[in-house]
Amino acid sequence: MAQFVKKDDDRDEEAEYSPFLGIEKGAVLQDARVFNDPQLDSRRCSQVITKLLYLLNQGETFTKVEATEVFFAVTKLFQSKDIGLRRMVYLIIKELSPSSDEVIIVTSSLMKDMNSKTDVYRANAIRVLCRITDGTLLTQIERYLKQAIVDKNPVVASAALVSGIHLLQTNPEIVKRWSNEVQEAVQSRAALVQFHALALLHQIRQNDRLAVSKLVTSLTRGTVRSPLAQCLLIRYASQVIRESSMNNQSGDRPFYDYLEGCLRHKAEMVIFEAARAITELNGVTSRELTPAITVLQLFLSSSKPVLRFAAVRTLNKVAMTHPMAVTNCNIDMESLISDQNRSIATLAITSLLKTGNESGVDRLMKQITNFMSDIADEFKIVVVDAIRSLCLKFPLKYRSLMNFLSNILREEGGFEYKKAIVDSIVILIRDIPDAKESGLLHLCEFIEDCEFTYLSTQILHFLGVEGPKTSDPSKYIRYIYNRVILENATVRASAVSTLAKFGAMVDSLKPRIFILLRRCLYDNDDEVRDRATLYLNTLGGDGSVVETEKDVKDFLFGSLDIPLVNLETSLKNYEPTEEHFDISSVPKEVKSQPLAEKKSAGKKPTALGAPPAAPTSTVDAYEKLLSSIPEFSTFGQLFKSSAPVELTEAETEYAVNVVKHIFDKHVVFQYNCTNTIPEQLLENVVVVVDASEAEEFAEVATKPLKALPYDTPGQTFVAFEKPEGVPAVGRFSNVLKFIVKEVDPSTGEAEEDGVEDEYQLEDSEIVAADYMLKVGVSNFRNAWESLGPDFERIDEYGLGPRESLSEAVNAVVNLLGMQPCEGTEVVAANSRSHSCLLSGVYIGNVKVLVRLSFGVDSSKEVAMKLAVRSEDESVSDAIHEIVAN
Amino acid sequence: MAIPARRDACPTIKNVLLLDSGGRRVAVKYYTDEWPTNGAKLAFERSVFLKTQKTNARTEVEIVMFENNVVVYKFIQDLHFFVTGGDYENELALDAVLQGLSDAVTLLLRGNVDQREALENLNMMFLCLDEIIDAGMILETDGNMIAGKVATHNMDDGAPLSEQTISQALATAREHLTRSLLR
Repeated sequence: MAQFVKKDDDRDEEAEYSPFLGIEKGAVLQDARVFNDPQLDSRRCSQVITKLLYLLNQGETFTKVEATEVFFAVTKLFQSKDIGLRRMVYLIIKELSPSSDEVIIVTSSLMKDMNSKTDVYRANAIRVLCRITDGTLLTQIERYLKQAIVDKNPVVASAALVSGIHLLQTNPEIVKRWSNEVQEAVQSRAALVQFHALALLHQIRQNDRLAVSKLVTSLTRGTVRSPLAQCLLIRYASQVIRESSMNNQSGDRPFYDYLEGCLRHKAEMVIFEAARAITELNGVTSRELTPAITVLQLFLSSSKPVLRFAAVRTLNKVAMTHPMAVTNCNIDMESLISDQNRSIATLAITSLLKTGNESGVDRLMKQITNFMSDIADEFKIVVVDAIRSLCLKFPLKYRSLMNFLSNILREEGGFEYKKAIVDSIVILIRDIPDAKESGLLHLCEFIEDCEFTYLSTQILHFLGVEGPKTSDPSKYIRYIYNRVILENATVRASAVSTLAKFGAMVDSLKPRIFILLRRCLYDNDDEVRDRATLYLNTLGGDGSVVETEKDVKDFLFGSLDIPLVNLETSLKNYEPTEEHFDISSVPKEVKSQPLAEKKSAGKKPTALGAPPAAPTSTVDAYEKLLSSIPEFSTFGQLFKSSAPVELTEAETEYAVNVVKHIFDKHVVFQYNCTNTIPEQLLENVVVVVDASEAEEFAEVATKPLKALPYDTPGQTFVAFEKPEGVPAVGRFSNVLKFIVKEVDPSTGEAEEDGVEDEYQLEDSEIVAADYMLKVGVSNFRNAWESLGPDFERIDEYGLGPRESLSEAVNAVVNLLGMQPCEGTEVVAANSRSHSCLLSGVYIGNVKVLVRLSFGVDSSKEVAMKLAVRSEDESVSDAIHEIVAN
Repeated sequence: MAIPARRDACPTIKNVLLLDSGGRRVAVKYYTDEWPTNGAKLAFERSVFLKTQKTNARTEVEIVMFENNVVVYKFIQDLHFFVTGGDYENELALDAVLQGLSDAVTLLLRGNVDQREALENLNMMFLCLDEIIDAGMILETDGNMIAGKVATHNMDDGAPLSEQTISQALATAREHLTRSLLR
């Protein structure tokens, strides 16, 4: 045959060699008639089955009738004694997955095979039968299966055990009865039988913690033969460790010694599994980590790519949580940058970027530069993200990192990759003031030769916001005006807007901007011309369009406070008459998903998807929404808006959640309602709030929702007055009241008459934490020292018996609603004391810092020392009152 | 660190692919519903093939990660072997399966591992896949054992040692001869 071995990539020529060339379903189905011959030619039958399997494997499908016909024909082949043919029969039966009434036909044949003397028959018949069987049949063959599990032939035993694993999904109660046999099989001398038995036994008992723990205890002392079974045992052992560490306050970690012992196993599979298990232990200490890291480090220099990949992937994860532990491997990692396998190289780089120290950055960047040219875009994006976080970690190194980003920005790359780079540069410009000028220039250079309209417009917008604030804004004008000359209409239009922004902000540039804008009046695109005309008039300041300079800036930089969807509908409904379209008539209420809508509602996307913008925009969105409602516009500055709290169970008729808005003297409840019944239209929806359990609150206003059609969320508001500056707390009971109208589902029209109805909601509460803003501080110690001990209040509290220390810490943190600093909210497993640092801003804009020290004794009684520092004595006291209550 | 839901579960295999040097199917087997349609399967095969095409996976098993799957692969002549597992799978377990598969195929095809030979013995390829993985569970990883189970082609105990076997052997020989003459 050797002469035919040809490494020819030419498709046509190669296809000629295929024995299945020109195969057709119809013809093969015809051929299947040989199955009915009285004198079976087993070789030919075998070939036909292979052809059928080939067709199925290529994605061909048989109709129900065809499948049934083939299936019945195939059942005839059980007469043949040919093992090879029988094996093919088993295969095709599994592929055809017959219906239950068809299964009956082959059941007896398969059961006969199950009890045959030939082991191959037995093993395969078990697998086929278990695959196609249903519950009723299973009880009939259960007896045989139990026997098979403890069969002395390992192939038969494995077949029964693996089938058991699959059957456990569909018929758990039957399979669970086999646990004695399975238990026996766990002790089998055959390696894979033990593996399969262990897997099945664990699945049978997985909900019984004690049983799993016992199983692991006995097996870790005994002998486990196959590496696969050993891997399973490691997984189960780490499961036991995970679950026990929650209850176990003291003492050594159980089974750690076992895991560590597995690091010396002879199979790499087991070593790796154990090392990975150790790295993923909850609150793993560096002493526990060291042996695992050591073996992984050895794997890094293995000749096998799979091993290198596995090790570097695990180390990469460890680097996120324990960067110091991985630094020992950095030399080996660096050599992996040139690894043939680009997945490995990328993982190595990103680990290095995570663990690297400030001094090594420059050297690392040099190595990466060579590497970037020969990896795919998706890997490059990973690297860019890692570099961005590195730069935020070491702001002093921005120069070399920014240079690197601008260099790769100039190279070839797809849209996603370029977008990742641009986003990174934008974020660096925002967070590192020193990087602003050079970053903006890099972006300017990039748009000189940028093929992506989206990126060009985004950058132009960003330039318009940031450029005028730099020391020498004039140097950007050239780049921007070049866009007006060279680019497509979309980019030209946004360049015009950017020019106008420079004109508005920088007086010295104004005359020159005017000249440039006037040139744009002759552009051949109307949007560009319109914008230029508009801006010329606004900036011209003759008082005809806008009155003051402030208006100009508002107009240029402010974003549209109307949801675009609403504007669109209003414009569609507008009929050209004498009356002008009035933009203030557009409803400002957000129809669905207030946050998501609001964010995208700007005149154009304002941020380049930069994360720092997100938190403020949430508050902004609420603030705008509330100030747009006349009743609430006098309440002043919004202090805090809570996260939505559900007031209904999931999947009820009406879904309602509430957002609490806290003002100095008022509280506004925003009820977001969704009607989930297609046949109903709700009108005049209000929430009637009973504040009898909240004495300090007095209702001042309600804003009903006019209509709530199916699946379109709407909001209704209730406002309360409360004493100024006082953190009043209380409980409110809510009832949803509305007029319900039937909707004809076919026409979508509502009936004239409605019925009044109400719907009980869960209670809402105003708690102390609602008066606290989560605001983090970057350096707690400095902030603590600078506040000084003047208004420090210290007291001790007993928290009573608690489930665990971390549960107690979480409870206090949630009670206060403050931001945990420096990761101190995480309690190390098994620790007996903990201190936690919190910061926040209390109502009235008073900065508050809290130091909590917890201790737990043997009876799980938790004691806490609370130290508060703030800018105001009364606030410090207030915090103590919150806890005391 | 997010803990994958199935991490206490057994190592499971998502699919085993045997493609030719043009990325076309020789024999494939899927064990999850992750690729519900034939189109989705073909798309997956295509992208795996394109991603790995330029790498050299002849001496050592190579590995690539994409779409939250880990794929280990190996090329022998114009046959490309792939084994896919989930994100969290022990890479070395996948490697063991791949090794078992390629060893078994090498044994069954008597060293002539290429696409044509594989297609001509496609029944063995199917049986081989069937003996390695059962609905995602690893059945056996030892190439010798797998090949041994596939290659039992003699009659079972009940069958008389009739002339049929001899005539079959002759038929096989004749077939091979005509095929080689026709080319």
